[in-house]
Amino acid sequence: MADETAPVAPPPPPPFVGPLEDRDRIFTNVHGFQDWGIDAAIMRGDWDNTKALLALGQDAIIDIMKASNLRGRGGAGFPTGMKWSFMPKESKDGRPSFLVINADESEPGSCKDREIIRHDPHKLIEGALVAGFAMRARAAYIYIRGEFIYEAKVLFAAVEQAYAKGFIGKNACGSGYDFDVFVHRGAGAYICGEETAQIESLEGKKGQPRLKPPFPAGAGLYGCPTTVNNVESIAVSPTILRRGAAWFNRFGREGNRGTKLFQISGHVNKPCVVEESMSIPFRELIDRHCGGIRGGWDNLMAVIPGGSSVPLVPAREIMDAPMDFDGLKAVGSGLGTAAVIVMDKSTDIVRAISRLSYFYKHESCGQCTPCREGTGWMWRVMERLRTGDADLSEIDMLHQVTKQVEGHTICALGDAAAWPIQGLIRHFRPEIERRINERGAPVMEAAE
Amino acid sequence: MADAPHIPDETETRARWGAFAWTAENAEQVKTIIARYPAGRQQSAVMPLLDLAQRQVGAETQTQGWLPVPVMEYIGDQLDMPYMRVYEVATFYTMYNLAPVGRYHVQVCGTTPCMLRGSDDVFAACKNKGLVKGATTPDGLFTLTEVECLGACANAPMVQINDDNFEDLTYDSMSAVLETLAAGGQPKIGPQIDRQTSCPEGGPTTLKEMVEGNHDYRGEWA
Repeated sequence: MADETAPVAPPPPPPFVGPLEDRDRIFTNVHGFQDWGIDAAIMRGDWDNTKALLALGQDAIIDIMKASNLRGRGGAGFPTGMKWSFMPKESKDGRPSFLVINADESEPGSCKDREIIRHDPHKLIEGALVAGFAMRARAAYIYIRGEFIYEAKVLFAAVEQAYAKGFIGKNACGSGYDFDVFVHRGAGAYICGEETAQIESLEGKKGQPRLKPPFPAGAGLYGCPTTVNNVESIAVSPTILRRGAAWFNRFGREGNRGTKLFQISGHVNKPCVVEESMSIPFRELIDRHCGGIRGGWDNLMAVIPGGSSVPLVPAREIMDAPMDFDGLKAVGSGLGTAAVIVMDKSTDIVRAISRLSYFYKHESCGQCTPCREGTGWMWRVMERLRTGDADLSEIDMLHQVTKQVEGHTICALGDAAAWPIQGLIRHFRPEIERRINERGAPVMEAAE
Repeated sequence: MADAPHIPDETETRARWGAFAWTAENAEQVKTIIARYPAGRQQSAVMPLLDLAQRQVGAETQTQGWLPVPVMEYIGDQLDMPYMRVYEVATFYTMYNLAPVGRYHVQVCGTTPCMLRGSDDVFAACKNKGLVKGATTPDGLFTLTEVECLGACANAPMVQINDDNFEDLTYDSMSAVLETLAAGGQPKIGPQIDRQTSCPEGGPTTLKEMVEGNHDYRGEWA
């Protein structure tokens, strides 16, 4: 029996879901109004006694990162601190460890790593040192997508500045730890954003994903223990260490803590990249930073909330959804990279998704048959659905094929190609049927 | 494949490029690049070397450059890689041109975020200036390619021409960019509307102190 006279704990305060105050923003130069160079970055607070951060020791750094509840910002949302802890604490056979930083930002809708690299590169380089030290890595390779030509120039120059100041290299920041940072440019392959494909590419091969296991933490780059992290996950880590895990936990709902760079594109009045609190309601994000939906909220049709790989969400379900991992999962989608693609009622929704199917067909590495053949097949059917030149039964057939591609490939590109189509069929089946019916019962003898 | 590049005649290519060698400046650059990777792992340098070679060919031919077979063989020899391994890499990644391109390689992003913001208009502007997808104009000035997402979605629609991005395009501004290039000029790089990078049009909604000066927010930390 509960004691009815005992005081009851007050209910926890509701989580903070934005808007974020400027003082709590990590990327203060995100729009590049100020110089990216090292002196300006130091004035903004980067490289501020980094030696003291390293003096916390490897285990303490990883404990703080775990306590901060930072989930990886590359899309999958795996806890960053835990990922770092998978790296071996000592090398039993003399193999070095590596940190690979994934700056192969190619997911349609995503454009946050670009802003970090061209406007706040020292946050990334300092983060590389801190993270590399925590996981006992010998060096970091930053894999930047080839099309980021200007951004790569900035990054190369920023790395040189950091070497010149003694912040990286031998005895980095006077800590006694030797750590190198290298920049490696890609050359135009979306698949190299997949961690094992990225490692293959770094080794000078075609970027085709590897079978797991072995996982990179056991045998990654050059067969050595490797952790692959997204740019944003690495770049926020020095600030988390400086301000503490409790600070980072103030923002967002439980399990979705922290701040996040949102990238809003498509049919809003003012597309932009902005750092906000996790879990900010969709409506607040758009009204506050993007000047609302083009043509007003009644004109909203659907949103792809996390980059092209996640299913779309119809207007009525997204409007008040919290923008975080769990909130978007609850509406059948995902946060992904927080690349928000907004579509108003003028959108040819079937064409919009079909264009994504073409993207996946183009970017399939060709290694696994379901993906290599399936992405092309799905695109061709999508193109016929776009014009209505199809049979009603083909909608179900397409759905079935997406289920046969999903989960049957080495990496997640097959899944990523399947989900947008599944989302379309789930929410816009009447629109597809209307096109077929209006075109007037065509005869399809068989699938091509 | 219909869109496979038309690789020029091998005899001609060998005659023209058989004696390819790095310029003195690039030879230094090659040493720096190879030094980034552990000893014995020089194969890692194949991608940056292919890029460098394409740029050198481009400088010699006044185009964006391409990768003739003898050039790939040269790189393979230098890195102790079989030619086929180099060729595999060159064909896998889209930024390596396997056939000659024009002075300006106009790469229009056609993926959904750009499509939603009007990449059709950008293509129309190209078409009306005589550019044809997958081909080079007869004067050798422009090659038009439709590319997949170039990662500037908050500034859509966009185009990358050689090393420069042109963003927030319309039919008119894309036409103007092409006209300026054709006249031998240099159009303004970046957003073609009055806008600071990926900041909302009309001014920032956050971090307004940063517009005027390099503000240090640490004093306000709580």
